[in-house]
Amino acid sequence: MRPATSLNIVTDPAADAAEGPNLALAPKPGVLPKAILAPAQAAEVPARRVAAWLRSALPKLLMTTLSLGMFIAFWYFATKYKLDFYIRFNNIPSPGEVWENAAYLAQSDKFYNNMYVSLRRILIGFGIATVLGVALGLLIGQYRLARGLLFPLFETLRPIPAIAWVPMAIMLWPTNETSIVFITFLGSFFPILLNTIHGVNSVDPVLLRAARCLGTSEFGLLRQVVLPASLPHIFTGLAIGMGVAWVSLIAAEMISGQFGIGYFTWEAYSLIEYADIAIGMIVIGVLGLLCSGAIRILGNMLMPWMAGSQHGGQK
Amino acid sequence: MMSPTDDTPSATGHILIDHLRVRFGSKAAAVEAVSDVSMEVKPGEFVSIIGPSGCGKSTLLNVVAGFVQPSEGTVSMDGKPTDKPSADRGMVFQQYSLFPWLTVRKNVEFGLKQKGLDANHREEAARTLLGLAGLLAFENHYPDQLSGGMKQRVGIVRALATSPQVLLMDEPFGALDAQTRVVMQQILTNMWQRFRISVLFITHDIDESIFLSDRVYVMTARPGMIKAEIPIPLPRPRTPDMALSPEYLQIKQQLRELITEESLKAMGGELKDSGLAGFDIEVGPKGVAELV
Repeated sequence: MRPATSLNIVTDPAADAAEGPNLALAPKPGVLPKAILAPAQAAEVPARRVAAWLRSALPKLLMTTLSLGMFIAFWYFATKYKLDFYIRFNNIPSPGEVWENAAYLAQSDKFYNNMYVSLRRILIGFGIATVLGVALGLLIGQYRLARGLLFPLFETLRPIPAIAWVPMAIMLWPTNETSIVFITFLGSFFPILLNTIHGVNSVDPVLLRAARCLGTSEFGLLRQVVLPASLPHIFTGLAIGMGVAWVSLIAAEMISGQFGIGYFTWEAYSLIEYADIAIGMIVIGVLGLLCSGAIRILGNMLMPWMAGSQHGGQK
Repeated sequence: MMSPTDDTPSATGHILIDHLRVRFGSKAAAVEAVSDVSMEVKPGEFVSIIGPSGCGKSTLLNVVAGFVQPSEGTVSMDGKPTDKPSADRGMVFQQYSLFPWLTVRKNVEFGLKQKGLDANHREEAARTLLGLAGLLAFENHYPDQLSGGMKQRVGIVRALATSPQVLLMDEPFGALDAQTRVVMQQILTNMWQRFRISVLFITHDIDESIFLSDRVYVMTARPGMIKAEIPIPLPRPRTPDMALSPEYLQIKQQLRELITEESLKAMGGELKDSGLAGFDIEVGPKGVAELV
């Protein structure tokens, strides 16, 4: 019933044979786990690596092109023959018209200003939501008092969609600009807050105990252990929050805006500039994609240990 | 080489446990985990506690660490009660407890940072310690890139970095394979002799407790009491060959008898009375299904 007496195993010459599969576990400085060796080996054969990458990526690339191509072809023919089968393509701009208008708008300062205004609103609203969401999430997750006082309020407000706040926000805030930023903030605040709380709650207790044994103060525990341990969850919250921030921003701009890419899109409809509607939509999609990409890059930069298992031990 | 206990012993790291009781839960439904335990770890001594699983030996260690408060009795180190965790009692856990977001070296520096040491001194101290443990080549790796044995070595180095008076170890090698475990035991012995520090070591492995300790306390099944105190007079440095010596085998036999008795008790009354006789039942070709 006792596990085989460990000391006997080592004095037994048969142990040498058993050592093979356990090499990675043996604490010899010269022996590296497989994952650490991988990049070094890969660097020796870059050409073969590129070829292999091409071979694996090419089918995917072709299918992506085909997938998008089919959509554009359908769009082209549907608008060309003014398809009308419940969905109506009579007034829908063709890909060609959209392209022409896009080329024209690319020269227009006014259009860039709309993009700039929207991005600024996102940065401010999302930025405040990040600071407040993470800070309050850490407090609510870690301290019972903060949880008791704040959580019921947030749970009550959370089901109200940010867009439902638009009329109230217009009355609350002195300018249209601040009320739109407020809506953007609201949209991203709750996903960030909830994911941060979830992150704090899922910190491995043994890490907290280890930190306490190493003489960590209460504040140090929050900053040096709870925060970094929660980072993966926080970044999940940021990614979701960024998506909701764009949804809220565009809706708010369409309802109460002056300037901004959502306002531009809605205005295009009012002015019967139908091609611009499609351009507005595409730009919104691209900007949203870029913002999500920025979050992902920031996450990889701040959490190098998450990529560590694949990319070796370099800093 | 002489044992550090024979040598001029370090004056600090004296743990005294006096009539300790630990109960969990409210009055009516309270469960006693540790029952009237008195024991000590002398300065510079290596002491193991061995007992069946669930006997309260981890609870005992948690009281010394300052995570659990005594219900009765006192636990002190160098005269001061151990009522909250502190860097003068380093702890090594059974589960890997390295901070995954810090590199090996930053993990070791963590405790020094809490002490307010500047970055240069931290780095120097951490590199020295990692060098002693043969881990300097891995200073910039993240914990997830290390094997289990390496992780535990970093855990030990991290606990030693703040120069604690005592090292508390809760089955630190329990998750390692047999070969790695033996190597780790030797590394731990070397570091213990170098640092002249008291160690309180929890294990359920008899060989491990003999190989490492100056003294072994055997605990009873829950509620945990001290059943026996066995000195290990084997000379140091100890080598794996000693496992074949008559003294070693005699101690091992003695400990095995004490533990088996408690393990059976821990597994329940029916086993205690009839031993393992219940397993003699005749089972036909259909197996246990036939009996049900």
